[in-house]
Amino acid sequence: MNTTLLIARKDLRSYFSSPAAYIVFAGYLLIVGLMFGNFFSIFLQSAGNFMQYNAGQRPTLSDNVLRPLFGNINVVLLFVAPFLTMRLLAEERRDHTFELLFTAPVRAREIVFGKFLAGTVMLMAIVTTTIVYPLLLTMVGRPDWGVILASYFGVFLICATYTAIGLFWSSRTDNQVVAAVLTFCTLLFFWLISWAAHRAGPVWSDVLNGLSLIGHFTNFAMGAIDSTDIIYYLSFTVFALFLTNISVEVN
Amino acid sequence: MIEVKALSKTYGGGRAAIQNVSFSVKKGEILGFLGPNGAGKSTTMKILSGFMPATSGTAIVNGFDVAAQSLQAKASLGYLPENPPVYSGMSVQDYLEFAARLHGVPKHRVAAAISDAMGKCGIADVKTRLIGNLSKGYRQRVGLAQAIAHNPPVLILDEPTVGLDPKQIIEIRNLIQGLGGEHTVILSTHILPEVQATCSRVVVIDRGHVVAEDTLQGIASRMQSNARLIVTLRKSPASLLPKLNSLRGVLTAREEDAGVVGEYGVLVECAKGSDVRQDVAELCVQEGAGLLGLSQESLSLEDAFVRLITSDETTRDMTPAQV
Repeated sequence: MNTTLLIARKDLRSYFSSPAAYIVFAGYLLIVGLMFGNFFSIFLQSAGNFMQYNAGQRPTLSDNVLRPLFGNINVVLLFVAPFLTMRLLAEERRDHTFELLFTAPVRAREIVFGKFLAGTVMLMAIVTTTIVYPLLLTMVGRPDWGVILASYFGVFLICATYTAIGLFWSSRTDNQVVAAVLTFCTLLFFWLISWAAHRAGPVWSDVLNGLSLIGHFTNFAMGAIDSTDIIYYLSFTVFALFLTNISVEVN
Repeated sequence: MIEVKALSKTYGGGRAAIQNVSFSVKKGEILGFLGPNGAGKSTTMKILSGFMPATSGTAIVNGFDVAAQSLQAKASLGYLPENPPVYSGMSVQDYLEFAARLHGVPKHRVAAAISDAMGKCGIADVKTRLIGNLSKGYRQRVGLAQAIAHNPPVLILDEPTVGLDPKQIIEIRNLIQGLGGEHTVILSTHILPEVQATCSRVVVIDRGHVVAEDTLQGIASRMQSNARLIVTLRKSPASLLPKLNSLRGVLTAREEDAGVVGEYGVLVECAKGSDVRQDVAELCVQEGAGLLGLSQESLSLEDAFVRLITSDETTRDMTPAQV
């Protein structure tokens, strides 16, 4: 455990010792901010319409601002995660520091878990900066904090899953770009798998939906924490870590 | 302390890096692992360090099998790979701290351990600098400091003086010499003077095979070996052998399997310094033995050494100062 934390701390420090981390933080906050501004102004407009003409459904902060906001936090995360996870193991391999880690009296799983921890904490930190937008909402209205907290919980689980997948591809190559592209493709595949579900038969539709990375977020976005979804993300994460461990050990 | 038995490594694609390599290192000894580039030195080192598994054979470090008891084996060794395993974004001090903690040095002893290692390797003056901004020689020394910081009983150093300037080379060689006795050291190199300057014993490896394992004196005396000729004949050399044996300069001549049906081989060992090729050829022709070929045995140990020494011009020029 000590070794795991030692490695996690080393990797977190190395994230923050390069300008890339700060650029990602700023960029992420900016893009999500643009989206937030957009959703909020649409909300104001439809709220105005509703009050003036009593037209359509009554808009709520949860339905019209928070849910699309978290949906987009996830979308942007899909693009950001591969760039942050790509270096975790690939860089060690390229710089020959792999040999330091793997000739020290350390188990492969301690290294893998330390790296996973660093990547997950990093992604969570980036996502957490977006808390400024719900806080802004709180200043002008009464958003449902149950929905907000459940959504963050779901996004954190997604962060762990993305990191585990990124870590796996990072363990397969010493080329960071290759690792990032493969990670992105894998993540996108498990997102779009739910599209295929629409056209599949009744049984397959359930199976494909059950595998979808984003499908399992729906409940969180409504403020519901379902054990099925937690188990899905955790088992996906553990499975990817397990594969990474094997990949590192046979290396 | 280190026991290597019948170690072989075949990479994907069937290329054998080392074959049946065996040697042993006693406690406190400094063993030179000498061989030309691509001989399999680094492969052997990587297997010993537990970084890479062997295809077959066993390696025991400090009583632990590097494959079966890898954690214990790794705990007893310090390893400097071919390329120093340093993080360019870290400062020297932070890096050594990380490496020492990784090797299980307790937190309260880390500061003392790394300042000791930095002192030995002469890098105390750059401890706050980023490793990425250091010269190759300094990076190499940081790598060496990383290997000795946790005070391991066994040190595996893969070409520790590569990239250093002559003054640094002498310093590092002195440092390595000082490590002997207390530590068991195995160091690989393709530079003969380096072995002469630091090692008590030497293993010579070439194209994946151990060609000699001996003390320096033993190697030196073996280098005085006699030249050998291989003669290939069409006819049986039975009647020719006594005449060959009586030639001046020939020590012994005996029949040997030529490896081809219908051809006969004769191995002629001749006294050092005498060239009997012409005499042997003329005799074979006179006797009508059907001379097909005559060659001097190509890879004697001496040849290997000559090639090794001449492959490194710069260190050869420095030799007088070192030896």
